Amino acid sequence: MKSPELGSIDVQGMTRQSFVVRGAVAAGTVYGVSAVAPFVSETLAQEGGGDVDILNFALTLEYLESTFYEQALKDVKGLGGDAMEVAKTLRANEAEHVDALAEAIKGLGGTPVKPPGVDFGGAFASQAAFLKTAQTFEDLGVGALNGAAPNIKSKAVLGSAGSIVQVEARHAAAIRELNGQPITEAAFDKALKEPQVLQAVKPYVKS
Amino acid sequence: MHDDDTSMQELVRDDSSRKRFLKMMGGTGAAAFSIFVAACGEDEKPKKSGASSSSAAGAGRKRDLEIVQYALTLEHVETDFYDAVIRSGVIKDKALAATAAMIRDNEQEHVDALTAAVKNLGGKPQKPQTSFDSVIKGGAKKVLETAAAVENLGAAAYLGQAARIQSKEILAAALSIHTVEGRHAAALNKAAGKSILPDGAFAKPASMNEVLPQVKPFLKETS
Repeated sequence: MKSPELGSIDVQGMTRQSFVVRGAVAAGTVYGVSAVAPFVSETLAQEGGGDVDILNFALTLEYLESTFYEQALKDVKGLGGDAMEVAKTLRANEAEHVDALAEAIKGLGGTPVKPPGVDFGGAFASQAAFLKTAQTFEDLGVGALNGAAPNIKSKAVLGSAGSIVQVEARHAAAIRELNGQPITEAAFDKALKEPQVLQAVKPYVKS
Repeated sequence: MHDDDTSMQELVRDDSSRKRFLKMMGGTGAAAFSIFVAACGEDEKPKKSGASSSSAAGAGRKRDLEIVQYALTLEHVETDFYDAVIRSGVIKDKALAATAAMIRDNEQEHVDALTAAVKNLGGKPQKPQTSFDSVIKGGAKKVLETAAAVENLGAAAYLGQAARIQSKEILAAALSIHTVEGRHAAALNKAAGKSILPDGAFAKPASMNEVLPQVKPFLKETS
Protein backbone atom coordinates (compact mmCIF):
# COMPACT_ATOMS: atom_id res chain seq x y z
CA MET A 1 0.00 0.00 0.00
CA LYS A 2 1.56 3.27 -1.09
CA SER A 3 0.95 6.48 0.74
CA PRO A 4 -0.88 8.88 -1.56
CA GLU A 5 0.73 12.17 -2.49
CA LEU A 6 0.58 14.75 0.25
CA GLY A 7 -1.33 17.14 -1.96
CA SER A 8 -4.21 14.76 -2.37
CA ILE A 9 -5.20 15.06 1.26
CA ASP A 10 -6.97 18.24 2.15
CA VAL A 11 -5.85 18.66 5.72
CA GLN A 12 -5.63 22.43 5.35
CA GLY A 13 -9.34 22.83 4.93
CA MET A 14 -10.28 21.03 8.12
CA THR A 15 -10.75 22.66 11.46
CA ARG A 16 -8.30 21.67 14.14
CA GLN A 17 -11.02 19.96 16.13
CA SER A 18 -12.49 17.95 13.33
CA PHE A 19 -9.04 16.94 12.19
CA VAL A 20 -7.70 15.89 15.54
CA VAL A 21 -10.86 14.23 16.74
CA ARG A 22 -12.02 12.44 13.67
CA GLY A 23 -9.49 12.79 10.92
CA ALA A 24 -6.14 12.41 12.55
CA VAL A 25 -6.18 8.79 13.50
CA ALA A 26 -7.95 7.76 10.35
CA ALA A 27 -5.78 9.79 8.02
CA GLY A 28 -2.59 8.97 9.84
CA THR A 29 -3.22 5.29 9.86
CA VAL A 30 -4.83 4.79 6.51
CA TYR A 31 -2.43 6.91 4.52
CA GLY A 32 0.63 6.69 6.70
CA VAL A 33 2.24 9.26 8.90
CA SER A 34 3.14 11.33 5.85
CA ALA A 35 -0.44 12.38 5.33
CA VAL A 36 -0.72 14.09 8.67
CA ALA A 37 2.73 15.59 8.81
CA PRO A 38 2.02 18.96 7.10
CA PHE A 39 -0.87 19.73 9.41
CA VAL A 40 1.05 18.70 12.47
CA SER A 41 3.97 20.91 11.55
CA GLU A 42 1.78 23.98 11.38
CA THR A 43 -0.20 23.53 14.54
CA LEU A 44 1.96 21.55 16.88
CA ALA A 45 5.46 22.65 15.97
CA GLN A 46 6.16 24.07 19.40
CA GLU A 47 5.27 20.80 21.09
CA GLY A 48 7.10 18.72 18.52
CA GLY A 49 10.55 18.30 20.12
CA GLY A 50 9.71 15.20 22.12
CA ASP A 51 7.71 13.67 19.32
CA VAL A 52 10.57 14.13 16.87
CA ASP A 53 12.91 12.29 19.23
CA ILE A 54 10.43 9.43 19.61
CA LEU A 55 9.86 9.26 15.86
CA ASN A 56 13.61 9.19 15.25
CA PHE A 57 13.94 6.35 17.74
CA ALA A 58 11.22 4.47 15.85
CA LEU A 59 12.88 5.34 12.55
CA THR A 60 16.19 3.84 13.69
CA LEU A 61 14.43 0.58 14.53
CA GLU A 62 12.57 0.54 11.23
CA TYR A 63 15.84 1.16 9.37
CA LEU A 64 17.37 -1.80 11.21
CA GLU A 65 14.42 -4.05 10.35
CA SER A 66 14.17 -2.92 6.77
CA THR A 67 17.92 -3.41 6.18
CA PHE A 68 17.74 -6.76 7.94
CA TYR A 69 15.10 -8.13 5.55
CA GLU A 70 16.77 -6.51 2.55
CA GLN A 71 20.02 -8.30 3.31
CA ALA A 72 18.25 -11.50 4.35
CA LEU A 73 16.60 -11.83 0.96
CA LYS A 74 20.02 -11.71 -0.65
CA ASP A 75 22.13 -13.60 1.86
CA VAL A 76 20.14 -16.23 3.79
CA LYS A 77 21.25 -19.68 2.72
CA GLY A 78 18.34 -21.89 1.79
CA LEU A 79 15.65 -19.24 2.24
CA GLY A 80 12.43 -20.40 0.64
CA GLY A 81 8.76 -21.17 1.00
CA ASP A 82 6.72 -19.35 3.62
CA ALA A 83 9.83 -17.87 5.24
CA MET A 84 10.82 -16.16 1.99
CA GLU A 85 7.31 -14.90 1.33
CA VAL A 86 7.09 -13.44 4.83
CA ALA A 87 10.54 -11.87 4.48
CA LYS A 88 9.43 -10.14 1.26
CA THR A 89 6.25 -8.81 2.84
CA LEU A 90 8.05 -7.61 5.94
CA ARG A 91 10.78 -5.92 3.92
CA ALA A 92 8.13 -3.98 2.00
CA ASN A 93 6.22 -3.03 5.17
CA GLU A 94 9.32 -1.85 7.02
CA ALA A 95 10.39 0.25 4.04
CA GLU A 96 6.96 1.92 4.07
CA HIS A 97 7.34 2.57 7.79
CA VAL A 98 10.77 4.13 7.18
CA ASP A 99 9.35 6.46 4.53
CA ALA A 100 6.33 7.44 6.60
CA LEU A 101 8.36 8.11 9.75
CA ALA A 102 10.99 10.15 7.88
CA GLU A 103 8.28 12.30 6.32
CA ALA A 104 6.53 12.75 9.64
CA ILE A 105 9.78 13.92 11.25
CA LYS A 106 10.34 16.43 8.46
CA GLY A 107 6.74 17.56 8.81
CA LEU A 108 7.38 18.31 12.47
CA GLY A 109 10.39 20.40 11.49
CA GLY A 110 12.89 17.76 12.57
CA THR A 111 15.71 15.99 10.79
CA PRO A 112 15.38 12.25 10.21
CA VAL A 113 18.30 10.24 11.57
CA LYS A 114 20.52 8.48 9.07
CA PRO A 115 20.30 4.71 8.70
CA PRO A 116 22.53 3.05 11.29
CA GLY A 117 25.50 0.97 10.21
CA VAL A 118 24.59 -2.66 10.64
CA ASP A 119 26.20 -6.02 11.19
CA PHE A 120 23.81 -8.92 11.56
CA GLY A 121 26.57 -11.40 12.32
CA GLY A 122 25.52 -15.00 11.82
CA ALA A 123 21.84 -14.19 11.35
CA PHE A 124 21.91 -15.16 7.67
CA ALA A 125 23.82 -18.43 8.05
CA SER A 126 20.60 -20.43 7.77
CA GLN A 127 16.86 -19.93 7.49
CA ALA A 128 16.52 -20.97 11.13
CA ALA A 129 19.07 -18.38 12.25
CA PHE A 130 17.31 -15.72 10.19
CA LEU A 131 13.88 -16.52 11.65
CA LYS A 132 15.26 -16.49 15.18
CA THR A 133 16.74 -13.02 14.74
CA ALA A 134 13.60 -11.81 12.92
CA GLN A 135 11.53 -12.82 15.94
CA THR A 136 13.83 -10.83 18.20
CA PHE A 137 13.48 -7.75 16.00
CA GLU A 138 9.70 -7.92 15.65
CA ASP A 139 9.03 -8.51 19.34
CA LEU A 140 11.48 -5.72 20.10
CA GLY A 141 9.69 -3.38 17.72
CA VAL A 142 6.39 -4.06 19.47
CA GLY A 143 7.85 -3.44 22.93
CA ALA A 144 9.74 -0.34 21.83
CA LEU A 145 6.74 1.38 20.26
CA ASN A 146 4.40 0.34 23.08
CA GLY A 147 6.90 1.83 25.52
CA ALA A 148 7.37 5.07 23.61
CA ALA A 149 3.81 5.74 22.45
CA PRO A 150 2.30 6.98 25.74
CA ASN A 151 4.86 9.82 25.70
CA ILE A 152 3.79 11.04 22.26
CA LYS A 153 2.13 14.44 22.49
CA SER A 154 0.44 14.71 19.11
CA LYS A 155 -2.73 12.65 18.76
CA ALA A 156 -2.04 12.28 15.05
CA VAL A 157 1.46 10.94 15.63
CA LEU A 158 0.12 8.62 18.34
CA GLY A 159 -2.48 7.22 15.96
CA SER A 160 0.17 6.59 13.36
CA ALA A 161 2.52 4.93 15.85
CA GLY A 162 -0.39 2.71 16.92
CA SER A 163 -1.09 1.71 13.36
CA ILE A 164 2.57 0.77 12.86
CA VAL A 165 2.92 -1.14 16.13
CA GLN A 166 -0.10 -3.30 15.34
CA VAL A 167 1.57 -4.28 12.08
CA GLU A 168 4.78 -5.10 13.95
CA ALA A 169 2.74 -7.33 16.26
CA ARG A 170 1.25 -9.11 13.25
CA HIS A 171 4.76 -9.62 11.88
CA ALA A 172 5.89 -10.99 15.25
CA ALA A 173 3.04 -13.49 15.30
CA ALA A 174 3.75 -14.67 11.76
CA ILE A 175 7.47 -15.14 12.42
CA ARG A 176 6.77 -16.89 15.72
CA GLU A 177 4.49 -19.36 13.96
CA LEU A 178 7.25 -20.14 11.49
CA ASN A 179 9.54 -20.72 14.46
CA GLY A 180 7.02 -23.06 16.09
CA GLN A 181 6.72 -20.59 18.98
CA PRO A 182 3.54 -19.34 20.68
CA ILE A 183 2.29 -16.22 18.87
CA THR A 184 2.55 -14.22 22.08
CA GLU A 185 4.56 -14.59 25.26
CA ALA A 186 1.72 -13.30 27.41
CA ALA A 187 -1.71 -11.68 27.35
CA PHE A 188 -0.05 -8.27 27.60
CA ASP A 189 2.83 -7.17 25.40
CA LYS A 190 5.65 -5.71 27.44
CA ALA A 191 6.43 -2.04 27.06
CA LEU A 192 10.18 -1.53 26.77
CA LYS A 193 12.05 1.58 27.75
CA GLU A 194 14.42 3.16 25.25
CA PRO A 195 17.68 2.10 27.02
CA GLN A 196 16.46 -1.54 27.06
CA VAL A 197 15.75 -1.38 23.34
CA LEU A 198 19.07 0.24 22.50
CA GLN A 199 20.88 -2.40 24.55
CA ALA A 200 19.05 -5.14 22.65
CA VAL A 201 19.92 -3.79 19.20
CA LYS A 202 23.53 -2.99 20.13
CA PRO A 203 24.95 -6.26 18.78
CA TYR A 204 23.59 -5.39 15.33
CA VAL A 205 24.60 -1.72 15.14
CA LYS A 206 28.02 -0.66 13.89
CA SER A 207 28.97 2.90 14.69
CA MET B 1 -16.28 11.71 19.42
CA HIS B 2 -19.84 12.63 20.23
CA ASP B 3 -20.95 9.67 18.18
CA ASP B 4 -18.76 7.39 20.22
CA ASP B 5 -19.98 8.84 23.49
CA THR B 6 -23.57 8.28 22.45
CA SER B 7 -22.88 4.70 21.45
CA MET B 8 -21.33 3.99 24.77
CA GLN B 9 -24.23 5.50 26.66
CA GLU B 10 -26.53 3.17 24.84
CA LEU B 11 -24.36 0.20 25.64
CA VAL B 12 -23.53 1.06 29.21
CA ARG B 13 -26.36 2.46 31.25
CA ASP B 14 -24.13 3.58 34.03
CA ASP B 15 -24.18 7.13 35.27
CA SER B 16 -20.49 7.29 35.88
CA SER B 17 -20.41 11.07 36.10
CA ARG B 18 -21.78 10.96 39.61
CA LYS B 19 -19.27 8.47 40.82
CA ARG B 20 -16.02 9.40 42.42
CA PHE B 21 -13.03 8.54 40.34
CA LEU B 22 -10.42 6.66 42.21
CA LYS B 23 -6.83 7.27 41.51
CA MET B 24 -5.68 4.84 38.84
CA MET B 25 -2.73 3.41 40.68
CA GLY B 26 -4.36 3.37 44.08
CA GLY B 27 -6.80 0.51 43.79
CA THR B 28 -6.34 -3.15 44.43
CA GLY B 29 -6.62 -4.23 40.82
CA ALA B 30 -5.90 -7.59 39.30
CA ALA B 31 -2.27 -8.56 39.42
CA ALA B 32 -1.88 -8.50 35.68
CA PHE B 33 -3.08 -4.94 35.43
CA SER B 34 -0.75 -3.81 38.19
CA ILE B 35 2.17 -5.36 36.38
CA PHE B 36 1.73 -3.50 33.16
CA VAL B 37 0.72 -0.28 34.83
CA ALA B 38 3.89 -0.48 36.89
CA ALA B 39 5.88 -0.74 33.68
CA CYS B 40 4.76 2.77 32.76
CA GLY B 41 6.89 4.37 35.44
CA GLU B 42 6.12 6.44 38.46
CA ASP B 43 7.02 9.84 37.12
CA GLU B 44 4.11 10.49 34.83
CA LYS B 45 0.90 9.94 36.65
CA PRO B 46 -2.27 11.50 35.36
CA LYS B 47 -3.50 14.68 36.95
CA LYS B 48 -5.41 13.94 40.09
CA SER B 49 -8.86 15.34 40.62
CA GLY B 50 -7.48 17.60 43.29
CA ALA B 51 -7.30 21.36 43.62
CA SER B 52 -6.98 22.10 39.92
CA SER B 53 -9.70 19.75 38.77
CA SER B 54 -11.28 21.22 35.66
CA SER B 55 -14.35 20.12 33.81
CA ALA B 56 -12.13 19.19 30.86
CA ALA B 57 -10.06 16.85 33.03
CA GLY B 58 -13.26 15.41 34.47
CA ALA B 59 -14.63 14.84 30.99
CA GLY B 60 -11.37 13.12 30.06
CA ARG B 61 -11.62 10.77 33.00
CA LYS B 62 -15.24 10.06 32.24
CA ARG B 63 -14.31 9.21 28.68
CA ASP B 64 -11.45 6.98 29.85
CA LEU B 65 -13.96 5.03 31.92
CA GLU B 66 -16.28 4.70 28.95
CA ILE B 67 -13.41 3.49 26.78
CA VAL B 68 -12.29 0.95 29.38
CA GLN B 69 -15.88 -0.31 29.76
CA TYR B 70 -16.17 -0.53 25.97
CA ALA B 71 -12.93 -2.54 25.81
CA LEU B 72 -14.22 -4.77 28.62
CA THR B 73 -17.40 -5.43 26.67
CA LEU B 74 -15.40 -6.46 23.61
CA GLU B 75 -13.16 -8.71 25.68
CA HIS B 76 -16.21 -10.36 27.27
CA VAL B 77 -17.59 -11.03 23.80
CA GLU B 78 -14.27 -12.58 22.75
CA THR B 79 -13.89 -14.70 25.88
CA ASP B 80 -17.49 -15.92 25.69
CA PHE B 81 -17.01 -16.71 22.02
CA TYR B 82 -13.97 -18.94 22.61
CA ASP B 83 -15.67 -20.55 25.61
CA ALA B 84 -18.69 -21.41 23.49
CA VAL B 85 -16.53 -22.67 20.63
CA ILE B 86 -14.38 -24.84 22.89
CA ARG B 87 -17.46 -26.21 24.69
CA SER B 88 -19.11 -27.11 21.39
CA GLY B 89 -16.15 -29.17 20.18
CA VAL B 90 -16.72 -27.83 16.69
CA ILE B 91 -12.99 -27.41 16.05
CA LYS B 92 -11.52 -30.84 15.34
CA ASP B 93 -8.07 -29.67 14.27
CA LYS B 94 -5.89 -30.11 17.36
CA ALA B 95 -3.45 -27.29 16.64
CA LEU B 96 -6.28 -24.88 15.96
CA ALA B 97 -8.11 -25.98 19.10
CA ALA B 98 -4.94 -25.31 21.10
CA THR B 99 -4.65 -21.86 19.56
CA ALA B 100 -8.28 -21.14 20.45
CA ALA B 101 -7.64 -22.20 24.04
CA MET B 102 -4.56 -20.02 24.29
CA ILE B 103 -6.33 -17.00 22.84
CA ARG B 104 -9.28 -17.64 25.15
CA ASP B 105 -6.93 -17.45 28.15
CA ASN B 106 -5.44 -14.19 26.88
CA GLU B 107 -8.92 -12.68 26.53
CA GLN B 108 -9.85 -13.80 30.03
CA GLU B 109 -6.77 -12.00 31.37
CA HIS B 110 -7.85 -8.90 29.46
CA VAL B 111 -11.32 -9.19 31.02
CA ASP B 112 -9.82 -9.47 34.50
CA ALA B 113 -7.51 -6.50 34.00
CA LEU B 114 -10.18 -4.28 32.44
CA THR B 115 -12.70 -5.22 35.13
CA ALA B 116 -10.20 -4.04 37.73
CA ALA B 117 -9.56 -0.89 35.71
CA VAL B 118 -13.26 -0.03 35.52
CA LYS B 119 -13.53 -0.44 39.29
CA ASN B 120 -10.42 1.65 39.87
CA LEU B 121 -11.95 4.42 37.78
CA GLY B 122 -15.05 4.33 39.95
CA GLY B 123 -17.27 2.50 37.48
CA LYS B 124 -19.36 -0.63 37.71
CA PRO B 125 -18.04 -3.32 35.34
CA GLN B 126 -20.71 -4.41 32.83
CA LYS B 127 -20.92 -7.93 31.44
CA PRO B 128 -22.98 -8.46 28.31
CA GLN B 129 -25.12 -11.56 27.73
CA THR B 130 -23.86 -13.28 24.60
CA SER B 131 -24.91 -15.98 22.18
CA PHE B 132 -22.86 -17.57 19.42
CA ASP B 133 -25.23 -20.39 18.48
CA SER B 134 -25.67 -19.22 14.90
CA VAL B 135 -21.91 -19.09 14.34
CA ILE B 136 -21.25 -22.49 15.87
CA LYS B 137 -24.09 -24.06 13.86
CA GLY B 138 -22.27 -22.80 10.77
CA GLY B 139 -19.42 -25.25 11.38
CA ALA B 140 -15.65 -25.07 11.84
CA LYS B 141 -14.99 -22.86 8.81
CA LYS B 142 -17.56 -20.30 9.85
CA VAL B 143 -16.20 -20.35 13.41
CA LEU B 144 -12.65 -19.75 12.21
CA GLU B 145 -13.69 -16.92 9.91
CA THR B 146 -15.69 -15.33 12.72
CA ALA B 147 -12.76 -15.66 15.12
CA ALA B 148 -10.48 -13.92 12.64
CA ALA B 149 -13.06 -11.19 12.03
CA VAL B 150 -13.55 -10.62 15.75
CA GLU B 151 -9.81 -10.35 16.40
CA ASN B 152 -9.26 -7.92 13.53
CA LEU B 153 -12.19 -5.90 14.83
CA GLY B 154 -10.79 -5.95 18.36
CA ALA B 155 -7.38 -4.75 17.20
CA ALA B 156 -8.99 -1.97 15.14
CA ALA B 157 -11.19 -1.03 18.11
CA TYR B 158 -8.22 -0.52 20.44
CA LEU B 159 -6.40 1.43 17.76
CA GLY B 160 -9.46 3.60 17.28
CA GLN B 161 -9.48 4.60 20.96
CA ALA B 162 -5.74 5.11 21.54
CA ALA B 163 -5.71 8.81 20.72
CA ARG B 164 -8.87 9.43 22.78
CA ILE B 165 -7.46 8.10 26.05
CA GLN B 166 -6.41 10.76 28.53
CA SER B 167 -4.53 8.73 31.15
CA LYS B 168 -1.06 7.59 30.18
CA GLU B 169 -1.44 4.48 32.31
CA ILE B 170 -4.67 3.46 30.62
CA LEU B 171 -3.13 4.23 27.24
CA ALA B 172 -0.13 2.03 28.02
CA ALA B 173 -2.46 -0.75 29.14
CA ALA B 174 -4.61 -0.42 26.04
CA LEU B 175 -1.54 -0.54 23.80
CA SER B 176 -0.23 -3.66 25.51
CA ILE B 177 -3.55 -5.38 24.84
CA HIS B 178 -3.86 -3.88 21.35
CA THR B 179 -0.74 -5.57 20.03
CA VAL B 180 -1.76 -8.93 21.50
CA GLU B 181 -5.08 -8.61 19.64
CA GLY B 182 -3.01 -7.86 16.55
CA ARG B 183 -1.03 -11.06 17.08
CA HIS B 184 -4.24 -13.05 17.48
CA ALA B 185 -5.66 -11.48 14.33
CA ALA B 186 -2.58 -12.34 12.29
CA ALA B 187 -2.55 -15.98 13.43
CA LEU B 188 -6.27 -16.48 12.84
CA ASN B 189 -6.17 -14.71 9.48
CA LYS B 190 -3.41 -17.09 8.44
CA ALA B 191 -5.37 -20.10 9.67
CA ALA B 192 -8.41 -18.86 7.75
CA GLY B 193 -6.35 -18.48 4.58
CA LYS B 194 -6.44 -14.69 4.64
CA SER B 195 -3.65 -12.10 4.64
CA ILE B 196 -2.01 -11.51 8.01
CA LEU B 197 -2.01 -7.82 7.06
CA PRO B 198 -5.43 -6.93 5.65
CA ASP B 199 -4.61 -3.19 5.82
CA GLY B 200 -1.06 -3.46 4.48
CA ALA B 201 1.78 -1.69 6.32
CA PHE B 202 -0.53 0.59 8.34
CA ALA B 203 -3.34 -0.93 10.42
CA LYS B 204 -6.67 0.89 10.23
CA PRO B 205 -8.57 2.01 13.32
CA ALA B 206 -12.31 1.57 13.88
CA SER B 207 -14.56 3.85 15.93
CA MET B 208 -17.14 2.66 18.45
CA ASN B 209 -19.81 3.39 15.88
CA GLU B 210 -18.10 1.10 13.42
CA VAL B 211 -17.39 -1.64 15.94
CA LEU B 212 -20.55 -1.91 18.02
CA PRO B 213 -22.96 -2.83 15.17
CA GLN B 214 -20.65 -5.72 14.30
CA VAL B 215 -20.71 -6.97 17.89
CA LYS B 216 -24.44 -6.54 18.33
CA PRO B 217 -25.48 -9.81 16.64
CA PHE B 218 -23.69 -11.63 19.48
CA LEU B 219 -25.41 -9.72 22.27
CA LYS B 220 -28.62 -10.97 23.84
CA GLU B 221 -31.22 -8.52 25.06
CA THR B 222 -31.19 -8.41 28.83
CA SER B 223 -34.50 -8.47 30.60
